[in-house]
Amino acid sequence: MLLIRCPYCEEERPELEFRNAGEAHIARSANIAGESDDDFEKFFFIRSNPKGIIYERWRHMHGCARFFNAVRDTVTDKFIMTYKAGEPKPAKLPGASK
Amino acid sequence: MIEAFRIPGAGRLKQAKTARFSFDGQAYAGVEGDTLASALLANGVHLVGRSFKYHRPRGFLSAGAEEPNALVQIERDAARKTPNVRATVQELYDGLTAQSQNRWPSLSFDVGAVNDIASPLFSAGFYYKTFMWPKSAWKNLYEPKIRAAAGLGVAPDQPDPDHYSARFAHCDVLVLGGGAAGIAAALAAAETGVRVMLADEQADFGGSLRFESGARIEGQDGFAWAQAAVAKLRAMDNVRVLSRTTAFGYYAQNFVGLVERIGDHLQKPGRDLPRERLWQVRAKRVVLATGAIERHMVFADNDRPGVMLASAARTYLNHYGVAVGKNVGVYTANDSAYAAAIDLKKAGVNVAAIVDLRDNPTGPVINEARALGMEVNFGRAVIRAGGKLRVSSMTVQPKNGGGERTIPVDAILMSAGWTPSVHLFSQSRGKVAFNDETKRFVPGTYAQDCISVGACNGTDGLMATIDEAYAAGTKAAKDVGAKAAKSTKPKIDASESWSRGMLGAAPGAGPGTTVKAFVDFQNDVTAKDIRQAVHEGMHSIEHVKRFTTNGMATDQGKTSNMHGLAIAAETLGKPIPQVGLTTFRAPYTPVTFGSIVGHARGELFDPTRKTAIQPWAEAHGAVFEDVGQWKRAWYFPKPGEDMHAAVDRECVTVRTTAGLFDASTLGKIEVVGPDAAKFMELLYTNPWEKLEPGRCRYGIMLREDGFIYDDGVVGRLAPDRFHVTTTTGGAPRVMNHMEDYFQTEFPHLNVWLTSITEQWAVIAVQGPKSREIIAPLVEGIDMSDEALPHMSVREGKICGVPTRLFRMSFTGERGFEVNVPADYGQAVWEALWAEGQKHGAGAYGTEAMHVLRAEKGYIIVGQDTDGTVTPNDAGLDWAVGKKKADFVGIRGMARPDLVAKGRKQLVGLKTKDPKVVLEEGAQIVGDPKQAIPMKMIGHVTSSYWSQNCGRSIALALVAGGRDRMGETLYVPMPDKVIEVEVTGMVFFDEKGERLNG
Ligand SMILES: [Zn+2]
Repeated sequence: MLLIRCPYCEEERPELEFRNAGEAHIARSANIAGESDDDFEKFFFIRSNPKGIIYERWRHMHGCARFFNAVRDTVTDKFIMTYKAGEPKPAKLPGASK
Repeated sequence: MIEAFRIPGAGRLKQAKTARFSFDGQAYAGVEGDTLASALLANGVHLVGRSFKYHRPRGFLSAGAEEPNALVQIERDAARKTPNVRATVQELYDGLTAQSQNRWPSLSFDVGAVNDIASPLFSAGFYYKTFMWPKSAWKNLYEPKIRAAAGLGVAPDQPDPDHYSARFAHCDVLVLGGGAAGIAAALAAAETGVRVMLADEQADFGGSLRFESGARIEGQDGFAWAQAAVAKLRAMDNVRVLSRTTAFGYYAQNFVGLVERIGDHLQKPGRDLPRERLWQVRAKRVVLATGAIERHMVFADNDRPGVMLASAARTYLNHYGVAVGKNVGVYTANDSAYAAAIDLKKAGVNVAAIVDLRDNPTGPVINEARALGMEVNFGRAVIRAGGKLRVSSMTVQPKNGGGERTIPVDAILMSAGWTPSVHLFSQSRGKVAFNDETKRFVPGTYAQDCISVGACNGTDGLMATIDEAYAAGTKAAKDVGAKAAKSTKPKIDASESWSRGMLGAAPGAGPGTTVKAFVDFQNDVTAKDIRQAVHEGMHSIEHVKRFTTNGMATDQGKTSNMHGLAIAAETLGKPIPQVGLTTFRAPYTPVTFGSIVGHARGELFDPTRKTAIQPWAEAHGAVFEDVGQWKRAWYFPKPGEDMHAAVDRECVTVRTTAGLFDASTLGKIEVVGPDAAKFMELLYTNPWEKLEPGRCRYGIMLREDGFIYDDGVVGRLAPDRFHVTTTTGGAPRVMNHMEDYFQTEFPHLNVWLTSITEQWAVIAVQGPKSREIIAPLVEGIDMSDEALPHMSVREGKICGVPTRLFRMSFTGERGFEVNVPADYGQAVWEALWAEGQKHGAGAYGTEAMHVLRAEKGYIIVGQDTDGTVTPNDAGLDWAVGKKKADFVGIRGMARPDLVAKGRKQLVGLKTKDPKVVLEEGAQIVGDPKQAIPMKMIGHVTSSYWSQNCGRSIALALVAGGRDRMGETLYVPMPDKVIEVEVTGMVFFDEKGERLNG
């Protein structure tokens, strides 16, 4: 069972308290109704499936109930960092090898 | 009962009390402190089981958890039968009853042993090759037969009466393994004051000090030192010591699963005690001190009862005071077997001969053996063991061939060397490294914050082990922030140390031979099987493992892995590290389901949610159905009524007078704030800005893909306050969906979401008399049609308590939903019930609710929709705000496939024969005479007998359904084809007049 740091609670808590909520940094267009089929496809269906670093959303379901973002390595399963919803994708990752 | 093989004055159980036990119905006596194995051996019993595949007679290989052969069934009573218990770890108690396994009719005469004679049939990959064809025979014939023949013990057929508990724990330093290394590491860490946990699988700490008679620490016998050191640790507040506790799994981020066995060693385990306790420990640092396991020699018939590991024989003697024979032979490639021979000889057991595969070994133990007058043979091999139910001889030959000599023996002690126990290290995702000099896999690259010490790290000798372990304990404590403490490192006065050994098949069992030289005793895998697997193309060790089953099952290759690997490598002509080691899987030793499940069984398996009104429903004879975690009243049968009759009556009662229905399970969410209406606009398809406070609207929620996600009636209580209802099953996910959009897409909105499902009990009162039933109990609400029209909501009081009174209908009748604080739910229900009685009203359950809504064509999301249905498909276009610029699903709904012609649309179906009720889920075709497979154009989503309509009714999703009104379609069933007519979805009161009736 992984330990995940909730950036709102500022605590490492067991995985059981959290739910994964899919890939992060996929913004919903303010003019979604006017999007082309291709743009909507990209927004709604296309997801990356990297071997290595993934940016994803988690929810501290059985804690503060907040959604936040996390950077995880899909090979080691290790969480590299977590940050609040709405914060930009980090430019640099602490201690990341790639 | 005389224990013929207990040696007076030997071992540590001298003062122990007698414990009587039985094995296969025969009564024996042992002493407290024995294992079942040591007690049987004290009585001269070696034959304890039959092997898995060949049903060969088997005895004890070991004295510990690595035991592959001596698996027995322990029976306390009819419900407490534990199969596959290793007799070498089962502690004896007075009255213990054990049975051997995998034999019929008896252990000494087993019909299945014909497999041994027919063994050419049963070679590697036998199951895969033989039982391939025909395919259907696998399921119906081969598999059941194989399973019946191959069983390892019998599972009890009654519920487990024991209970199991679970604990979470956190510590700074977790030490796994309580031999000399583990104790030293724990002492070092504990003395700094950090939180330490120390666990060992055995009843007593000490590990190999149990048998190493040559170890002296701090001026005392090594084992005695271990007891004193552990007593000291137990007395420290910052230390938790767990004996009889196996670390079975090592998971991510130093999360370790351990099982503590609490009751299995007791004669009468207290009912207040759990049988086992699961520990889930999160440790900042882990010290692995899991020791090493001795390997057997791989030679012909090395599985005969009485052939065992040298360290096991030594343990039985030095700890339990039991001689494993009176005239033993020794076969070794390593010094440690000499120490066993010396101890046995000194205890008065005759050592017939020591056979050492090495050419010219030297060392103090060899000198001592010679000095004691033992015959020592170098450069020779035991090529065969004699005997069947018990070993009777060993046949010796020079290792490169030559004259044979057969020596009578009643036990053979063997040692091919020691394998570091890297199981937990490997589970932690650490990578092992092969040491070519010592031919051992030892911990290489670490993946977690742990460190291996002592024998599991390939460290030889007690002195080096204590140095390494003490330093590791000190460092672990320092790593977690401890200050240095005064060193109290144990002082070693004397110790044992031994050199390497050998891997793979011994002479006489090499390539080209067909002898049964066992590599894996538990899975009946021989050296020949492994060679055959390689010859048949299994070049990866993982393939060899699966093809031969070497190292699989409960044993996980504890004794067999290295030999199997060496033989595969030799056959492949590759060095061992290039062939690689198979992965070690959790659990290290088998774990009961009980300990994993803990208290989560029966009623505690999953919470049952109960409404405030459930006690009333129970008292009034309701039959309940499970809806998610809820129990819902399904129908209320009167005496003599079946479900059909009860539902018919309930449906008619609602439409003629009135019915009361517990709707408390409906999901309820309060959306509050200055931007509440804006938020609702974005989350639902409908327009909300212009909805007057006090009015309600049926809302549809989509996912971004444009498909219906949920629905429900929403009341606007105030400009900034909406009372949203959801489906019963949808409540949690709708809340999650709303929070997701609120927190991440629309965080600029000033709104607050609160789940109020459990705060409000909901009583639906539906039917022509509903207003007359409610009105006398209500204060402060004008109940007239003008003041409270259909689809409106008012706040006031009912029976003196606050209410949110909705005028709404899920039946098509004049109807109300009375929301009251849940604590008053039953009281208000009872008051309404009393009023209802005056008018002949009744209670109705979920089945009648389903029928009544279907009569009106009201859909149920999740029954009439399935996640691929758009509002248009469901005939709900009217509920989509056409002028809205945005809502979740607005773009998805416009995707080409979702607006294409010919989509499945929700319609009504009437069977040509009104008495025939369709089956929900049944497929619909246009032409019943077409060839199979037919083109299916839709399916039935809801179907009921409607007493109010006097006929059956159904809803269905049909391709292009709304253009097929009046068309005849067909529902093919196994025994007949049912003719149906496509109709509108409303079967009763098409004009909707009864809403105000
Ligand atoms: Zn949190």
